[in-house]
Order: sequence, then C-alpha cells, then structure tokens
Amino acid sequence: MNAKAAVVVFPGSNCEQDVERALRSLGCQTQRVWHAAETLPDTDLVVLPGGFAHGDYLRTGAIARFSPVMAAVQEHAATGGLVIGICNGFQILCEAGMLPGALRKNAGLKFLCRWTDLRVENNATPFTSRAEVGQVVRVPINHFEGNWYCDDDTLADLRDSGSILLRYVDNPNGALDDVAGITNKDRTVFGLMPHPERACEALLGSEDGRVIFESMIDHALQAGSPDPAGRVPEMLGT
Amino acid sequence: MSYSARVNVMLKSGIADPQGQTIERALPALGYTGVTGVRVGKIIELHVDAADETEARRRVDEMCERLLANPVIESYEVTIGDPG
Repeated sequence: MNAKAAVVVFPGSNCEQDVERALRSLGCQTQRVWHAAETLPDTDLVVLPGGFAHGDYLRTGAIARFSPVMAAVQEHAATGGLVIGICNGFQILCEAGMLPGALRKNAGLKFLCRWTDLRVENNATPFTSRAEVGQVVRVPINHFEGNWYCDDDTLADLRDSGSILLRYVDNPNGALDDVAGITNKDRTVFGLMPHPERACEALLGSEDGRVIFESMIDHALQAGSPDPAGRVPEMLGT
Repeated sequence: MSYSARVNVMLKSGIADPQGQTIERALPALGYTGVTGVRVGKIIELHVDAADETEARRRVDEMCERLLANPVIESYEVTIGDPG
C-alpha cells in the first residue's frame, strides 16, 4: 500500500514538481490539485507548496486563503488528515488561520536563499516522528517573508504545547523565538519556511528533509491512527 | 450612495519595521539628520456602496479585519470621504 498525497497548485506556485519528486522517491503517490477545485481527491496528505500564490498580492498568502480548495483543505485537517505548508504554503496556512502568527519581511530586508540548520524540538508528532529531539537537519530556505511573529500569549501557548517543531540554529531572518516551523494543537497542520523537498537527494547537498516526509508517510500508513495528537509529547528541556 | 474610503495599514506599534529602519538610516546620507521614527505602511483607496457614512465605515472595517489588514501584525485606520 502506498500513501497518497495531493499537492495543491495555486496560480504562482512553483515548488509543486519538487515536492512531487521528493514524495514519489519515498514511495508516495502524488496528484496535483488546482486551487479552484472545491474538493480534494482521496488522499492521506495535503501539501501547500512554495511559490508566490496569486502573486503574493496584498500580503503573502492573503488571497490564496480564499481559493475554493482551501475549504476542503481545512476539512481534511479537521477530520484528522495531515496538511503541510512549505514556505509560501506556511504563509497561506497562517493567513487562513490554520496556524497562528504571521510571516513578516526578513529582518535584514534581503531575500534569503541559503542552507540552514534546523533543530528538531519535538518528535511526538506525525511530522517529526522519524527524527530525534535535538537532531539538527540541514535544509535550505528561499524566502523574503520568513520572519515569523505572534503575540506573547500565543507564543507561550505554542511553547507549552510543544507546537514549535523546528527552530533555526542560527536565525537567518529574525523569526520570533528562532521559529522555523510550527504545528497546531491537533497535530494535523504543519507549516515551515525551509524547503525539505529540496533536501531529499544527496546530489542536492542533503537528504535531511526526507525525515519530515517519511514521518508523514509513516503516519498515513499506520492503520487506525485517527488521533495525531494522541501521543505523549517528548519535549527538549523538560 | 458610493463613498470614497481610504485605508491606512501600518505594522502595529512595537513590531519592528525593517523598511522604516532602512529609510531612517539612509536619510542622513542626504544630509537629513535628526529624523527618527520612520515607519512604512500602505494606503488602499476604494469606493464602497452604502446607505450612509456609518454603514460605509462598518463595511470597510469588516473588509480590513478579514482581508485588507492582517490583525496579527497590522493596524489600520479608515477615513470615509464624501459620497460621490
């Protein structure tokens, strides 16, 4: 049995092929879904890939959140399916209110395209189960608006609930609390600025990104795992 | 009636504005010293159908909350002009 992934394509998405290639290399079936679709195909995973959905007009992700497919994406997560938003996909998830916070312009006002080291902070989630807590993975970033922010109460909530999954070892963009990726309380939605799909082949310089997709595929293939939040969190420093 | 409206969107006070900071650092190079507190926002102009000014304001406020501004990081100010 193979896991199935739906990769949503917005006008302006540009990482959908990379994500498909990475997922297929791990034995996952993939299918692209145009943003105007009102339903998703039968799928285990949904990916919102990177790019510049709707030209990033107004704010990154601000218009994409109103794409017809987003209602189905929300429904998928609400019924226990996994959703991952990478880079622009993360920005869309924040604008849609599926993840807390917002992505501001990088603190240095530069578009950043470079390798980053990320520390795994919690592996008791469907997105990080194959990783070790404290493990450092090498994954590239490629963004202008990756400077994640939220208010103090939200940050405290995220910390307490183990929802910060990845932190930059050396913060490149000014993100609050070095946050590179967060999940929701239900552990069904994961957003991150770095591009794990670009770190799935040794030829590209790193295979570290595979651990995220492998974790998600594991979860999809586990029969009877309807409660992604059911595991006891194992937190670094607790 | 159609009311003109102007929406001024700014990063919330307390949220660092790297664009404003960069401009502030550039101004002394042109001889403009003593300039502080530079912040960059955006202005959105629109015309909105409404029975009266109150309704026009209510509609634009709602648009701001839902789309024109991101309440997580931005504040907004609405100015309603004369009906056209």
